[in-house]
Amino acid sequence: MAQLRPSTTLGGPPTTSGEAPQELLLSAHGVGKSYGERQVLKDIDLNLQAGRIVTLIGPNGAGKTTLVRILLGIAQADAGQVQQRAGLRIGYMPQRISLESTLPLTVLRFLRLGFAGSRKQALQALETVGIAALESQQVAATSGGELQRVLLARALLREPHLLVLDEPAQGVDVAGQAELYQLITDVCAERGCGVLMISHDLHLVMSSTDEVVCLNHHVCCHGKPEQVSNDPAFLDLFGAKASGSLAIYTHRHNHEHTIAGEVKPVGE
Amino acid sequence: MNISLTDLLGAEFFLYAILAGSALALVAGPLGSFIVWRRMSYFGDTLAHSALLGVALGLLSGSNSQLSIILSCLALAWVLEILDRRSNLSTDTVLGILAHSTLAFGVVLLALSDSPAVNLEAYLFGALLTINSTDLLWVLGIVLLVAVLLLTYWNALLATTVHSELAQIEGINVNRMKLLLVVLIALTVAVAMKIVGVLLITSLLIIPPAAARQVATEPEQMAALASALGVTAVFAGLLGSFYFDVPAGPAIVVAATLIYLSLIIAPALLRR
Repeated sequence: MAQLRPSTTLGGPPTTSGEAPQELLLSAHGVGKSYGERQVLKDIDLNLQAGRIVTLIGPNGAGKTTLVRILLGIAQADAGQVQQRAGLRIGYMPQRISLESTLPLTVLRFLRLGFAGSRKQALQALETVGIAALESQQVAATSGGELQRVLLARALLREPHLLVLDEPAQGVDVAGQAELYQLITDVCAERGCGVLMISHDLHLVMSSTDEVVCLNHHVCCHGKPEQVSNDPAFLDLFGAKASGSLAIYTHRHNHEHTIAGEVKPVGE
Repeated sequence: MNISLTDLLGAEFFLYAILAGSALALVAGPLGSFIVWRRMSYFGDTLAHSALLGVALGLLSGSNSQLSIILSCLALAWVLEILDRRSNLSTDTVLGILAHSTLAFGVVLLALSDSPAVNLEAYLFGALLTINSTDLLWVLGIVLLVAVLLLTYWNALLATTVHSELAQIEGINVNRMKLLLVVLIALTVAVAMKIVGVLLITSLLIIPPAAARQVATEPEQMAALASALGVTAVFAGLLGSFYFDVPAGPAIVVAATLIYLSLIIAPALLRR
């Protein structure tokens, strides 16, 4: 089973018809993992492709973070294989980090920890995520929303083919969450990178997600958001209320807010 | 006392003391910063206590004392790593057991060795003013090695310290970096023993970085300032030791502590 599987299992056909088949970045096949007696993951198949956003949802303790760690190669699976495209660069945005208060560290220096390029590029990354003004601020003094953008900037600096985000909007206020997800969607669309994210914010991520994978130790169901939200397995896990909350997001905004809170027209 | 400062600085024993102390303080700045950032001060302390066991074992086996101190520090770091993974006790309990049991074993073995040359106080509080040219060469050699490794792996060590997982995904071998840090601490502790003694080594490692933290805004700035403050403390402590006739090791730590306190108090006074 050494060959990469075609994208039929989970990845599904490309979103728009007529588009060339998307490049396969990473594929997992039959992945399993146990901690002692407890089986956390069982027989997981997953394909990640360039230009597509896959969202991993599931209750607490469903094995989401374990699966992501295995895909990233920082944890070992007991069963199955994970194959990365040769030379794949992954940008990772961890769950909210806490920084040792004894360590003085500016935002710019933090970015340059994982990146050998120029100061100018680092500043550009800050610009991209909308926090150019924070360059010399201490990381420890940033707000929840700012810190997530700092982490996103560090991930983007690696010019990743695949961006992996573990609950990117944790600790961000409600208004900021939608904006952060929009930013992630826009940046990835622009760069054509694939995205895998863990998220609890179903109503916010569904609109931009190409595929939802609902995980509870095994893959309960998967598919396009509207399919998944009507799937009995999904309703079983999250209840009909969750499905209803997805519908909420079908309204359209006629304006957006900048991170400073100013109103700006959509698409600017 | 009517010896002038110039005469004092020209004296061989004083020059050796200044050179060894300053060299140690230079690497203690960045290394101690890592100890502060990674909350490893108790770990450093445990290694320091075990150095006395190294001295005793060196005397009993008739081998080079500096070498046996280095080996026992490295061996203890290794035992700690195993115990920490296997034991159901928390890390600080394991450290507490090892710190004091190795010190006790060291004292008992030194007493049993019946060696007339053993001056326990010199090992506990240091004997910087009595170091000879061989000691100085050991200090300079180890300090140079530690400095080169710190500079070479600085960014990788720092990235590992800030966020281990992120560093790993970005391609850094974080386990190797954690091991490197342990080895660097063990090496530094082993040579610092002659200078400030086993009981005061940790203070020389963590007080200058703690003082530097009060004003630093970047990690490199904190490390460099800690080195500068450490060297200042060594000079001040040695002069104080000579003119007030007090032991050099404790005098250096007292000087470092006064610097730390003044950096905490001064901003508070300025704000009033």
